[in-house]
Amino acid sequence: MDLLQLLHNLIFDYTLRTVAAGSAVLGVVSGVLGVYAMLRRQSLLGDAISHAALPGVVLAFLLTRSKAPLVLLIGAGLAGWLATAAMTSIIRSTRIKQDSALGLVLSVFFGVGILLLTFAQRLPDARQAGLDTYLFGQAATLVERDVFSIAGLGAAALLVIVLFWKEFKLISFDREFAASMGLAVNLLDAILTTLMVIAIALGLQAVGVVLMSAMLIAPAAAARQWTDRLAWVVLLAASFGALAGVGGALISSAGQGLSTGPTIVLVASLLVLISLLFAPARGLLPAWLRQFRHRRALALQPPANGEEP
Amino acid sequence: MNTSVNAITVTDLTVAYREKPVLWDVDVEVPVGTLTAVVGPNGAGKTTLLKAILGLVQTAAGQVLILGRPYAEQRRLVGYVPQRGSVDWDFPTNVLDVVMMGRYGALGWLRRPGKKEKEQALEALEKVGMLSFASRQISQLSGGQQQRVFLARALVQDARIYLMDEPFQGVDAVTERAIITLLQELRAAGKTVVAVHHDLQTVPEYFDRVVLLNVRKIADGPVADVFTEENLRLAYGGRLGAAPPPEPANGNGAASRAQKQEVLRLPVDGR
Repeated sequence: MDLLQLLHNLIFDYTLRTVAAGSAVLGVVSGVLGVYAMLRRQSLLGDAISHAALPGVVLAFLLTRSKAPLVLLIGAGLAGWLATAAMTSIIRSTRIKQDSALGLVLSVFFGVGILLLTFAQRLPDARQAGLDTYLFGQAATLVERDVFSIAGLGAAALLVIVLFWKEFKLISFDREFAASMGLAVNLLDAILTTLMVIAIALGLQAVGVVLMSAMLIAPAAAARQWTDRLAWVVLLAASFGALAGVGGALISSAGQGLSTGPTIVLVASLLVLISLLFAPARGLLPAWLRQFRHRRALALQPPANGEEP
Repeated sequence: MNTSVNAITVTDLTVAYREKPVLWDVDVEVPVGTLTAVVGPNGAGKTTLLKAILGLVQTAAGQVLILGRPYAEQRRLVGYVPQRGSVDWDFPTNVLDVVMMGRYGALGWLRRPGKKEKEQALEALEKVGMLSFASRQISQLSGGQQQRVFLARALVQDARIYLMDEPFQGVDAVTERAIITLLQELRAAGKTVVAVHHDLQTVPEYFDRVVLLNVRKIADGPVADVFTEENLRLAYGGRLGAAPPPEPANGNGAASRAQKQEVLRLPVDGR
């Protein structure tokens, strides 16, 4: 399939259009929240939250016997939030450090999630079919209504980021200084974590619990390579997230049997690779080039013996 | 009566991390318009004392008054210069932006820093001799420059009391001079400065008062009265070794001063 055909499909094919739009929106939201996760050194928290969301998804289904994305999304969000609360209290009240607490919570919640999932799959209830797509995501199941709920919730999350722009910047850079000035740092922490939970929950249907953290980390890591201004990092991460979403949707629609979630994640990872290699100031290749030129310039100069070279 | 109110009054302050006391029953009084050094060996609780005054660590007991009232009511009056190692200097922002952060507390929710804040920040940068670095990315600063950026950020807080955690740490002799001149200007303007300080040699030259700390308070008062060899021995235990008793430095070269500083700082803490 050639590029023109793909573009044609993107505009006129309902399914592809819906999938691409949904993936783009979730790419934007997770890209923006990922920047804060990265700057606060909480990138892996995203991984824990997304894995921990699985039992929430299955429980929401078991309780309501509905697979309406909004219902499952609320379940995912609550479980994700509970997981962060569990992690915080483990770190505060025991001597277990953050990385271990993270690993513990991730595996316990995910284990419970898998257990519940296999239980639900054995139910004599046909409605459970498709719950397992939340493991690796299935963007093709997105319908227009889902895109609207993703866009609505995502826009609300982004609005909060804009409103508390300077506060979030300050607590990400220097939390203690913020606290010394009387900023409600704990509240701001909680808001930012909640937004991250929302971003993750929004992406689960398309990308799945296993790969979702890549959608937080990859666009942010790629964006950081290109600029030193926070606003630009955020805007670039949003663009990279959108690009990965649309690109992944297009590629998977063109190939046979390429599932969308992993393709989106691979496109995002490709963006990271390109950024790591080629970004002008922080990229590896420009750095090698500078070093090479520098060495040659030195080699051309005779050793200075107090005389002008 | 009002003139005799202390800038900072700490009473019976105790702070413990997991049962291990870091500060034990500490009383400190800091009069208005003075430069006070907080001195003590590593692990003496110097940073913790500052953080306890700022309400950043949980206290097991005790009370802190800022100009006679609890800290929560007086936040706007206190400026803070944290240790520069406490933040990630690779954060995507520039010098001017960091300095403007000092205004965020006064700005309040939802309001963005504007022209006025920018002017205040530039003015503060000029005072610390960093004006030409305003648009510099913060990862490209030297240690001394980072320190001066943090000082400028505290200056725009327009506080009456400044708490500084090792403002001279890792700065060169010229920067140290510039910083101490700045602190003296603050004092001349009626401000109060409390600074954690490591270089015992320069205490009498730089500061009016000193708090000697080693979990407990060893002494607290004018340098001439309490900065004695005996008190230092009490604070540092045997670790002070054969270091000469502190004499008023006569500014005979910053190099030797820096050298002595290294000697005294040898038992490096695990930071």
